[in-house]
Amino acid sequence: MDFSFNDEQKQFQESLAKFIERDYGFERRRAYQALPEGFSRDIWAQFADMGLLGLPFDEQYGGLGAGVAEMLLAMTAIGNGLVLEPYLATVIMAGGLISRCGNQAQKQALLPPIAAGKRIVVTALAEPGARYDLNRVETTATRKGGDTMLSGRKAVVLHGAQADQLIVSARSSGDSSDDSSNNVAAIDGISLYLVDRGAAGVSVRDYRTVDGLRAADITFNEVRVGPEALLGAEGGAYAAIDAIADAGAAALCAEAVGVMETLNALTLEHLKTRQQFGHPIGGFQVLQHRAADMFIHAEQSKSMAYLAAMKLSSTDVAERRRVVSAAKVHVGRSGRAISQASTQLHGGMGVTNELAAAHYARRLTMIDFNLGDSDHHLKRFINA
Amino acid sequence: MDLSYTADEQAFRDEVRAFARASLPPELARKVFDHRRLARSDYVCWQDILAKKGWLTGHWPRAFGGLGWTPVQLHIFDEETAAAGAPRLVPFGINMVAPVLMAFGGEWQQQHYLGRMRENKDWWCQGYSEPGAGSDLASLKTRAEAHGDHFIVNGHKTWTTLAQHADMIFCLVRTSTGARKQEGISFLLIDMHSPGVTVRPLIMIDEEHEINDVYFDNVKVPVANLVGEEGKGWTYAKYLLGFERTNIAGVGASKRELATLKTIAAQEQRGGQSLARDPHFAARLAQVEIDLMALETTVMRVLSQRGKTPGPEASILKIRGSEIQQALTELMMEAVGPYALPFVPEAIAGEGTAAVGPDYASPLAARYFAWRKTTIYGGSNEIQRNIIAQAVLGL
Ligand SMILES: Cc1cc2nc3c(=O)[nH]c(=O)nc-3n(C[C@H](O)[C@H](O)[C@H](O)COP(=O)(O)OP(=O)(O)OC[C@H]3O[C@@H](n4cnc5c(N)ncnc54)[C@H](O)[C@@H]3O)c2cc1C
Repeated sequence: MDFSFNDEQKQFQESLAKFIERDYGFERRRAYQALPEGFSRDIWAQFADMGLLGLPFDEQYGGLGAGVAEMLLAMTAIGNGLVLEPYLATVIMAGGLISRCGNQAQKQALLPPIAAGKRIVVTALAEPGARYDLNRVETTATRKGGDTMLSGRKAVVLHGAQADQLIVSARSSGDSSDDSSNNVAAIDGISLYLVDRGAAGVSVRDYRTVDGLRAADITFNEVRVGPEALLGAEGGAYAAIDAIADAGAAALCAEAVGVMETLNALTLEHLKTRQQFGHPIGGFQVLQHRAADMFIHAEQSKSMAYLAAMKLSSTDVAERRRVVSAAKVHVGRSGRAISQASTQLHGGMGVTNELAAAHYARRLTMIDFNLGDSDHHLKRFINA
Repeated sequence: MDLSYTADEQAFRDEVRAFARASLPPELARKVFDHRRLARSDYVCWQDILAKKGWLTGHWPRAFGGLGWTPVQLHIFDEETAAAGAPRLVPFGINMVAPVLMAFGGEWQQQHYLGRMRENKDWWCQGYSEPGAGSDLASLKTRAEAHGDHFIVNGHKTWTTLAQHADMIFCLVRTSTGARKQEGISFLLIDMHSPGVTVRPLIMIDEEHEINDVYFDNVKVPVANLVGEEGKGWTYAKYLLGFERTNIAGVGASKRELATLKTIAAQEQRGGQSLARDPHFAARLAQVEIDLMALETTVMRVLSQRGKTPGPEASILKIRGSEIQQALTELMMEAVGPYALPFVPEAIAGEGTAAVGPDYASPLAARYFAWRKTTIYGGSNEIQRNIIAQAVLGL
């Protein structure tokens, strides 16, 4: 067993840390957030220059062919800086699905522009009322001549309004209602389609999320796509969706670890500098214990994030699902505990919008509401 | 021992319920149930209705124009009005400075200010905390210097709740520098419309304007507005805090929120079944309900033992009350799943913009974050536990 990063990876980590420090300070982030798209295209272009946007893609598609260790480092840095750009949605999720399901032509057409920062593609998988179950798909895909018509709604699509293209799950057959025997919607019959965000019949409601990102609810009303839009086998996309959701969940765990690191550092700084009763408040034992617990939570979360990342490539799918869910539960719980403690230890400041730590606490809390919350993954773990 | 309500108390409950149903404007109740933003006029409207009936200060002793409600009656009033969807009463006047004036105020102050409070004429706010004086309140620096028949006040108060609406502020100010920090603090009533008072908003984590910085720049305050004796402000402040902490328990509002949580859980689905029937969620919900039952009974027990001057036991109520409020906001946020994420302030404000997802979902995450305040203000829960450890347990 080896938990260490090699020299190249360490260098990568350092360059990321420098970038975040130089270009992603709290005030700068505020300015990026205020841009019309809710993030900075300049930063996105710089990510492309650094090779970040093609990090996991094959070299033949403009990527770096990097492994999970680099993904861990990139996502942790994103957490450290509370990065707003659509990295998870585009590189990990959409890029992951294209790499996994796309044919040669689709990969060639999509991955290089993503890696170059020229195109943003995101996944639109979850539906209103389906909560975190990605197999509860009611969006329909109906054949019409050689084309397919898509109709339905997708909920809380990260960066949906800023994307050029969407990867949409839809049912080409099967049933999304409950299979009474095991209370699970059918996983057969789900397909993936590439849809232009501007296509006729696509309407997008763009909004802010409570953790400072952007998302959209998207309605598809008889949206026509050609045969080239089908990504992967018709009706057989669920295994890929499930795998990519796990990759996304593992990435979120790594991001959460980055948020925890910075939030803990900010809180510790506050404990050392804020004076009450003539001493730094860090002198009070009850606060020391809470800080110690915050540290323990972060360390444990880091272990779980590593474990989940390493299992992503496992051929034992059941084991992958079990471990990713375990990590998501653990990180979700720890994230809640750390964010609550941090707010409390900051006193009144902790609930103001001016304080950087308050924004970290918000993101850390809301990470749990992406790709399955702790309760969802607890159940998945039990049933695995 | 008999823990049931008497026939009189039951009759009082029916009366309050009927009155609230008949007089609380339905649009206002809707806003409260749906966690929409409340304007100054929303609070004032309901308080005017109560003032007219004498119920704004029903819990005051008869000697001060109240109705002399028992603590049980006050609890019934709180519970019934909260259940009806009434906004909380702004506590700073009627529940906080009022008991101080009754106990330590001069006759003119009692006549004038208590009279105006009964009629809901002034909006009061609380000027205790300063940037350097939060938990360590006694290190406050705002100064008041005596100049003949008035004081000149200079300083900076912070976190002042709803000061943007206020007509009056009660302040702790330093009138001399004694050997101990607690000495030389005085309790002063200041007109917010005085020249030299500036209010600046502090935007909270939910992007609401609820708290403020308040600056005093050579503000002239008549000596008649000094409460009790100069230099005794600390004693009065401690007296007041017991009332603040009892008030903060918020049992009535938490019962309403529990009911709302149940309604939301019944409408949400997890794994194809109602969230309310999800065993894991149901267990967590039940736990909060049980905690609330314990709190309610403890409130009644503490109040019945202590009469009307809450002691250090009030800290129990503050700790558990705030933790339960937070647990309720947390479960509500979790209940709506991914629809906790959208943040549409215009929808929360009820300004006509449609919410994303179910209507009830839109304010919940912002509210969860804002409600972290309850374990910080009114003396943080760490400070409350220190009080229990020291003043109750003698450690
Ligand atoms: C929303 C909101 C509204 C408010 N409204 C008002 C108002 O209207 N009027 C007013 O005067 N004030 C108001 N306050 C201020 C509130 O009373 C203070 O925030 C509170 O007293 C804590 O002070 P602080 O914020 O300076 O935190 P600090 O005192 O700096 O505390 C920071 C942390 O240290 C802990 N700590 C401090 N001392 C000790 C100790 N001895 N032992 C263990 N732990 C300790 C605290 O518990 C906290 O976790 C409000 C605050 C908030 C958040």
